[in-house]
Amino acid sequence: MSEDEEDERGGGGEGKRWSPDLVGGRGGGSGGGDPPPFSDQVLENVLENVIQFLDSRRDRNAASLVCRSWCRAEAQTRRDLFIGNCYAVSPARAVERFRRVRALVLKGKPRFADFNLVPPRWGAGFYPWLAALVPAYPWLERLCLKRMFVSDDDLFLLAKSFPSFRDLTLICCDGFGTAGLAAIAEHCRHLRVLDLIENDVEEEMVDWVSRFSTTSLESLVFDCVGCAVDLDALEALVARSPSLRRLRVNQHVSVAHLRRLMARAPQLTHLGTGSFGDGGGGGGEMEVADLRAAFAASRSLVCLSGFRDLAPEYLPAIYPVCANLTSLNLSFADITADQLMPVIIRCHNLQTFWVLDTVGDEGLRLVAATCKDLRELRVFPLDASEDSEGSVSDVGLTAISQGCRNLRSILYFCQRMTNAAVATMSENCQELVVFRLCIMGRHRPDYVTREPMDEGFGAIVMNCKKLTRLAVSGLLTDRAFGYIGKYGKLLRTLSVAFAGNTDLALRYVLEGCPKLQKLEIRDSPFGDAGLLSGIHHYYNMRFLWMNSCKLSIRGCKEVARRLPHLVVEVIRDKLEEDDVEAVEKLYLYRSLAGRRDDAPPFVEIL
Amino acid sequence: MEGGATYVSDLGNLKATELRLGLPGTDAPEKPTPENPRGSKRALLEANEEFRGKSKSPEADPNGQEAAPMAKAQVVGWPPIRSYRKNSFQARKAEAEGAGLLVKVSMDGAPYLRKIDLKVYKGYKELGEALENLFKCFSLGELSGMEGCNGSEYAITYEDKDGDWMLVGDVPWEMFISSCKRLRIMTGSEARGMRSSP
Repeated sequence: MSEDEEDERGGGGEGKRWSPDLVGGRGGGSGGGDPPPFSDQVLENVLENVIQFLDSRRDRNAASLVCRSWCRAEAQTRRDLFIGNCYAVSPARAVERFRRVRALVLKGKPRFADFNLVPPRWGAGFYPWLAALVPAYPWLERLCLKRMFVSDDDLFLLAKSFPSFRDLTLICCDGFGTAGLAAIAEHCRHLRVLDLIENDVEEEMVDWVSRFSTTSLESLVFDCVGCAVDLDALEALVARSPSLRRLRVNQHVSVAHLRRLMARAPQLTHLGTGSFGDGGGGGGEMEVADLRAAFAASRSLVCLSGFRDLAPEYLPAIYPVCANLTSLNLSFADITADQLMPVIIRCHNLQTFWVLDTVGDEGLRLVAATCKDLRELRVFPLDASEDSEGSVSDVGLTAISQGCRNLRSILYFCQRMTNAAVATMSENCQELVVFRLCIMGRHRPDYVTREPMDEGFGAIVMNCKKLTRLAVSGLLTDRAFGYIGKYGKLLRTLSVAFAGNTDLALRYVLEGCPKLQKLEIRDSPFGDAGLLSGIHHYYNMRFLWMNSCKLSIRGCKEVARRLPHLVVEVIRDKLEEDDVEAVEKLYLYRSLAGRRDDAPPFVEIL
Repeated sequence: MEGGATYVSDLGNLKATELRLGLPGTDAPEKPTPENPRGSKRALLEANEEFRGKSKSPEADPNGQEAAPMAKAQVVGWPPIRSYRKNSFQARKAEAEGAGLLVKVSMDGAPYLRKIDLKVYKGYKELGEALENLFKCFSLGELSGMEGCNGSEYAITYEDKDGDWMLVGDVPWEMFISSCKRLRIMTGSEARGMRSSP
């Protein structure tokens, strides 16, 4: 369950610390020059033995800057490599510096690609990285790719090239299908984890589940795979996987099959159901009772998700496990507050809860009354359109803030909100690290006072001292951004849409937020002056994305001219532009690799 | 907009029914669309002004119609919900509203799939004819596969709710459309195998 899961601990630090002087001058490396004299060699060995215990990549980045021998020692002992932007460094350079990597995290497209703002074929292909990994890391064990283009051929090559390969996690990727999955299943004999999370999987109707050759499977997540799987093969796989702890199936798995799977794997800790209804087969009460027995036998379950095609009379089946649940995802279940109640009142240990707004403010009140240790809440809209009625409001938000004082992260979609409710949350929930409020109707003010939402968001940045991620919405003036710049000193990620009045707003943020790493803006009236006000900071950021603002090619060229290590991409959807001066989409990011050579025709790199 | 002062009282009602882009009670001219960023700053400022004006207007609807008086065209990617989630509900919504039962149709050897609405057809015969039409460019030939394909190399199969592949035509039509998830036109030896079983 990781919709946009960001590694908040590691923050913006990348696998390669961005420092052109030290690393650049030496051509990336742990090599170069004569070997050091004997005593220094001993010192380096000692260093390596100590540095190898460093886990956090920020600590490692810091250590690597101390001096050359520390840099070398650190590079030799880094096993987990994190590349936050696949274009920030070339694969060759990365493998040259870090010779002993066992695990790699690689991220590609900017997040707004999830909302169709980045044209297809923009880039972030995995192949160039794979081609470098194969010779460099024969002992590669773990790979996590997010928003990358991965083809079936890539998966074939991956499966065949790394004999120790264990964990594959693909999040929001596209380009592959069941044929590629079959290759992974068949050739990765020691596979422990295959987690497919919200990918766009081609439906090739290749049977992949029967091809698994591993017996050490610990986690299998495939709810995003749209086509049915061979259920007998799945059951057989589960039966021969004694280490299996996490299983999330897709909606083609019926309740009857689910029971059989659960019977085979009573040790499961994380379960994602398929369809949770009778599917027209008329299972009825008998089936619910049997299902409930299956849950009662699963004593280790702490995380439940799925619940597609939910028939509400089936919900009682999960009562036996509710008290142990720390995580519950009902965000695909269209249920009312009444239907939620008997479930949620049993879930007093819940820390993570995802739900649809159909439960309304009343449902949220129930959550607040029971889930005193709630850390993360996400409320999604059933009807994700601007004109929808909206079923939750400031009332629900206030209730949550009063009941769930430990809240760290919230994502809340609504149509009506007030500054007062947001301010109340800022006062009650001092642990907030992530605050994302989406008022779906554009430019909506506080619906009671008719004021802009400036004061509410201002209260959030002022009172929530640990805040690192913020998404704003509603009617907002430059004032809101003034608050963000003044108080958002730990802010790393900021998402802005349909907000602000002038370039001042952008300037407040870029000048005021020293830790800002990721800034994504859409449909806001910011122009070249605002863009240029960030020149002093762009080298410290992972990226800036702006679309449908008021940028011109002149301003963007100016940035590119003054910051040579920045890649400035202008993306044009429509090649026949009326106004050649205007820039519709801008994506800029620091890079040691310079302009990329795989840019499609609609991308101009300045 | 053209109506001068002399006409206002006479045609007051007419003005109220006039179709414009703008909040009721304002005479502001048509606002530029959000897709045009050049004019949007001024439009936004005016929008802010209008909101303040609007709050004093007794006609103001406190709940709806509060969005900026720009064109209400669908904006790409807003609200920010991933298509994975949107698609999960759209299919069910369409079914619930009786808006149709869209299923994918694939044919072995064809480079792309098609989509059809099962609710549109009254029975197997019509479905067969429609499929023939859809795929005739791939030289489907006679596709009379419902009552048993004679002389053709195809078998029309469907995937039911349990994930099993069934031959089309065995069950009553109503039961078929309620359990059919997708269709596949099988060719060659697989097709012969399916057809030859009683």
